[in-house]
Amino acid sequence: MNLDQAFFLYFAAMIVVFSIVTITRKNPVYAVMALLVVFFHVAGLYVLLNAEFIAALQVVVYAGAILVLYLFVLMLLSVPREALGAAAHRRWPVYALVGGATTFEIALLLARSKFAPRPGPYPPDVVREMGSTQAIGTVLFTEFLYPFEVISLVLLVAMIGAIVLTKKWTPAQGGEEGR
Amino acid sequence: MTIPLSWVLALSAVVFGIGVIGLLTRRNILILLMSLELILNAANINLVAFSNHLHSMRGNVIVVFTIAVAAAEAAVGLAILLALFRNRRTVNLDEVREMKG
Repeated sequence: MNLDQAFFLYFAAMIVVFSIVTITRKNPVYAVMALLVVFFHVAGLYVLLNAEFIAALQVVVYAGAILVLYLFVLMLLSVPREALGAAAHRRWPVYALVGGATTFEIALLLARSKFAPRPGPYPPDVVREMGSTQAIGTVLFTEFLYPFEVISLVLLVAMIGAIVLTKKWTPAQGGEEGR
Repeated sequence: MTIPLSWVLALSAVVFGIGVIGLLTRRNILILLMSLELILNAANINLVAFSNHLHSMRGNVIVVFTIAVAAAEAAVGLAILLALFRNRRTVNLDEVREMKG
C-alpha cells in the first residue's frame, strides 16, 4: 500500500464515521458540526483525485456558505429542546434495511460493470501541469457555456424564492393577515 | 501511486446509503436536509472519481453545477423550513400533515 491509498483509507473512514454521526445526533447543532468534518474530508479526497479546484470549492461553498446557512437557521429557529421530537421514526429498522438494500444494490451494479479506461484529453500529469483550475475553466467556458448561464438563472430563482418564502406579508402588501 | 476506482465507488455507495437511511428514519426536517447534502456529496465523489479515471474534465465541471444546485436547494429548503416553523412552531415532519392524502 502506498501513501495515496493510506490517505484515501483515512479520508474514507472519517467520512463514513462522521456521516453516521450526522444522521444519529439528536441535537441538530452537533449534526452540523459532524457534517462540517465530512465536508472537509471530502475536500481532502478531491485533492487526492487531482481536483484541487473542486476541493477549494467544497470548502468555500459547502463548509463556508451552506453550513453557515444551516447554523443561522438553527439560531433563528431557537427550537425548544422538547420540540426536537423523537430522534427517529419508530419503524427505523425497516427504513435502515431499505437504505442498506439500496447501498447493496448500487455496489452490486458497480461491481458487475466494467469501466474501461477511455483516455480523454486531460490525463493527470497534464492536469497537474496546467492546474485543475485552468483545465476546468477551459471546459466550463467552451463546452458547458450554456449550462453555466442556466445555472446562474437557477441561483437567481432560488434567491428570489428564499426571500419571498421568508418575508412577512402585511395586508397592505396584499398578503393574508397573520401569515 | 493511484487509488483504485472501485474503492472510491464503494465509499460513495456507502455515503449514499447513509444519506438514504437518514432521509428515511429521521423526522427532524433540518437533519433531513443534511442527509440530502450527504447524498449530493456521494454523487459528487463519484463524478470526480470518474473524471479522474477517464482523463476528462467534464465530471469536474458537472460537480461545479451540482454544488450550485445544492446551494439553491439549501436556500429554498431552509426558507420553507423557516416559513413552516413560523406557522406551526415545529420542525417535526410527522406533525405537518395538511397535504396528507
